[in-house]
Amino acid sequence: MTRFLLRRLMWFAITLWVVVTVSFFLMRAVRGGPFDNDRALHESIERNIKARYHLDWHPFKQYLHYIGPLNLDEQGPEFLGGDGTRPFGGVLTGDFGPSFKYRDFTVNDIIGQSLPISVSLGVIALLWALALGLTVGIASALWRGTRIDVGLRLVATAGIAVPNFTIAGFLVIGFVFVLPLFPVAGYGTWRHLVLPGFALGGPFAAYIARLTRTGMLEVLSQDYIRTAHAKGLPPRTVLLRHAIKGGVLPVVSYLGPATAGILTGSLVIERIFAIPGTGSHFVNSALNRDYTLAMGVTILYTVLVYSLNTAVDFAYTLLDPRIDLEES
Amino acid sequence: MTRSPAARWAPRLAAGALLAGLLAGALSMAGGARLERADFTFNNGTEVTTLDPATVSGVPEGRIIRALFEGLCIKHPSTLEPLPGAAERWSLSEDRTVYTFHLREDGRWNNGDALTAHDFVFSWERFLNPLTAAEYAYQLWYVEGAREYTHLIDDFAYQPDWDQNLWVEERGESIVRVGCSGYLLAAADGGDLVAPTVGPGDVHAAGGTVARLGGRPLHLSLAGRVRAVNAALPGEVSALARDAYGEGWLLELEVAPGALAEALGRGDVVAGAAFRAERAFDERVGIRALDEHTLEVRLASPTPYFLQLVAFYPLFPVNRRNLTEARERWPGTWELRWMRPENIVTNGPYTVEFRRVNDRIRLVKNPAYWDADRVALGTIDALAIDHLGTSINLYLTGEVDWIDRPITSIIPRLLPREDFNPAPYLGSYFYRVNVDRPPFDDLRVRKALALTIDRRAITTSITKAGEEPAWAFVPPGLPGYRKVELTSEAARGFAAGAEDAADGFARDVERARALMAEAGFGPGGAELPTIEIHYNTDETHKDVAEVIADGWKKRLGLNVKLLNQEWKVYLDTQKTRTFDVSRSAWIGDYADPNTFLDMFVTGGENNRTGWGNLEYDELIAAAALEADPTRRMEHFAEAEAILMDELPILPIYFYVTRNLVNPRLGGFHPNVVDEHFPKHWYWMDDAELAARRAVQPAEWVEVPARGPAEGLYPPTTREGRGR
Repeated sequence: MTRFLLRRLMWFAITLWVVVTVSFFLMRAVRGGPFDNDRALHESIERNIKARYHLDWHPFKQYLHYIGPLNLDEQGPEFLGGDGTRPFGGVLTGDFGPSFKYRDFTVNDIIGQSLPISVSLGVIALLWALALGLTVGIASALWRGTRIDVGLRLVATAGIAVPNFTIAGFLVIGFVFVLPLFPVAGYGTWRHLVLPGFALGGPFAAYIARLTRTGMLEVLSQDYIRTAHAKGLPPRTVLLRHAIKGGVLPVVSYLGPATAGILTGSLVIERIFAIPGTGSHFVNSALNRDYTLAMGVTILYTVLVYSLNTAVDFAYTLLDPRIDLEES
Repeated sequence: MTRSPAARWAPRLAAGALLAGLLAGALSMAGGARLERADFTFNNGTEVTTLDPATVSGVPEGRIIRALFEGLCIKHPSTLEPLPGAAERWSLSEDRTVYTFHLREDGRWNNGDALTAHDFVFSWERFLNPLTAAEYAYQLWYVEGAREYTHLIDDFAYQPDWDQNLWVEERGESIVRVGCSGYLLAAADGGDLVAPTVGPGDVHAAGGTVARLGGRPLHLSLAGRVRAVNAALPGEVSALARDAYGEGWLLELEVAPGALAEALGRGDVVAGAAFRAERAFDERVGIRALDEHTLEVRLASPTPYFLQLVAFYPLFPVNRRNLTEARERWPGTWELRWMRPENIVTNGPYTVEFRRVNDRIRLVKNPAYWDADRVALGTIDALAIDHLGTSINLYLTGEVDWIDRPITSIIPRLLPREDFNPAPYLGSYFYRVNVDRPPFDDLRVRKALALTIDRRAITTSITKAGEEPAWAFVPPGLPGYRKVELTSEAARGFAAGAEDAADGFARDVERARALMAEAGFGPGGAELPTIEIHYNTDETHKDVAEVIADGWKKRLGLNVKLLNQEWKVYLDTQKTRTFDVSRSAWIGDYADPNTFLDMFVTGGENNRTGWGNLEYDELIAAAALEADPTRRMEHFAEAEAILMDELPILPIYFYVTRNLVNPRLGGFHPNVVDEHFPKHWYWMDDAELAARRAVQPAEWVEVPARGPAEGLYPPTTREGRGR
């Protein structure tokens, strides 16, 4: 187990480094800069802004400065203390630098403000997706071949095919304009998170339903289930105690990508429902050429996706004793 | 295998508790963010870049900054005439170059500081200082010496020979005082103070380091023994900044007799007196505080719209104590900290209570504001919603009281409503032509292109809100300025009445065909070139480009391609001039033709067409110096005539405003710059609303007026306010 985690940690470091390096240079290779505007800046003013953000440096020097902990801001490298008085400490010290576009905030401020919002939206979406998906999937498997099964499968397939912003549109029409139950957009109360949570979780619920159905069907045809039935256990007990554990295994492995998908996929939903989460920065920072913010959210999502996948692999061993991480 | 019930249930309980905890956490997170609904909520369209008035140039930023800060003058909400702001009154000298502003005695910042003329000197020095990176710094270059100051300081800041930042002065028999630029002290970011690296008694070798500024060593080529070090220096940054390059000496050296004269002779060091005379803000720039409440501004030449500039938000003041205290407390990050809601000091009708990135800025009434008795709304929320569909939904459900960009597709349905009243807007939609690229270097081709744009089709079927087709560049509605259009039958027809316009357009097309043939293209001539219309990704721009492309194809037989680019790439393409024809727009900063016409002077940053005309440049320059308003306008009209004759740009239409405003809101007036002033806003009660509806055109469709039925009026009597 320890070896597994250590190996993962090593790969994590390598992955992160590659992601940071590639995105850093890729972003600077893209045409257009953070301070381009439809009103051209006076030449000297533009030069000063660029100097302030070190955009006049060679990209490689910018990169070293960005990574830290060597602060190249001054003549001669100097290791930084943690007193927080320096303008910028570099990513290795946990400082993502000032945002180029939202100049009143550091990237740390922005992520600190928006991530909890995205996470609460994600949690709601995920719980909703799980509750709906598992119920539908199990029902579908139990009544296999009946009209209920066909109906549920149809809905689930549609749910996967329809993107979440379309679902959002229908939800807004239904629950804001026809039945005025929820606010149309914005953030501030739990009611603001209901519609976006539903819209965001919808496609995932559909996918979970399909996974659960397949998993349950496979398990229900296994010998030990037949044995359980033969022993005269009530069907409820067979289902809840014996079948579900194996049947939801595919869902568990899907949880990692699903969580990551919900967090990253929230960008459209966040925009439509005006939720001030991290998702919108994912796109806007790239459009604004807000180099530091774009790097910050890229790093954030790399860390999230990687650690969630590791957590899922870990959870596997708890549900299925046959899986040994040391061997894999 | 048997397990105790507890062991069997523990994992399930734990899992259940975890899920419940997650849900509760998520919900309470959201609940904890609850804010009481503000008195007034509007959608600002995007998160603002910063609250610092000096460094921004955007419309959303302007809306917030006008609520937070107040300049010497403010604008009348509908006529835009200058009204007293921080200045109670002002006078202009006979030759129209010296303004004297008398600040009101009761002007206060919300931290209790008196608002004085020194605040404006401080703020404007900061504004002109290129290290502040003020995007609009050129708007103050009308002041005597201001432009030179910016350039001088600029050269200075980028002095390749860093040591030139030290000045040296003889203070007695072989005693030399060494100082450092106070400007640099003030401007160096991140608390980079000048730190002496030598102490009393040290022997200094020629060329050695005497101090460090922001980590960079400052060398002095004068050898000697250090007599004294000015230890108080780092703490006196702000005082030094104020005195520019005053008496802020750094250390005293004892040098060999005659060594200073020798060094000066060799040009190794800069003489203090010369240094100060050359660089001092006070001595060179025509901005001076005559006393606490009197500010004198000397202009380089008469500038008829100077008061409009003074009322323009980049010239609004910032609080000196606000900035310097932040700098002392958080040397590395003060630039982010001084405008945090808990730190910011404002002098306008509102101040900041709360900010959440990409969500909202909550403004709250500033009780210290001199005119607070006439400010009605206690709290205002500015939302940062960029999704147009969400924005209109919020308006239609009454969550938002004002939006300025409804979706174009629903404009026809909005037009009859009482809450939607498009008004002329000082903005021009046009195409830039790259005149260096053949065949656009041929004036006949440009003329043909300009004549075959069906402007009426564009305004009636695409933009739909009542935009006016444009055959000129400067929008109508500028007082004293006459319309100068390109020669077009369609334009003449349009002016005469819509029926003639189609006829006129047909004749324009005929002429365009003839011009193309004359230029050697078309039947019997050279093969018609392929033209690429370049625009930034947007539905409206695409639709307009398609109509124009279709027209050029059908009427001139040209091959036209469309090229859409994402905003920043599009800007880069324009800047590097790698386009044929590129979609553009310009919104005037102030109500004067200059804000439009000065952009096309030869080599101007915003020209981006490659076009230049000496006569044009001269006319713009002459207008800047002209004291007589009529003659000045005539210079501009002549300049525009040249522009419309040579057509480096193809005018298309003039903008209108697209505000959707809660009909209950009072004090909100249309104006040509689409600027609105929260200080005048109030909620009408039902009686006043009914009275207003009684006089509005009968065909206007009434919509529900949300908001307090009893109204919300300023603390002073309701008389004399918008009734």
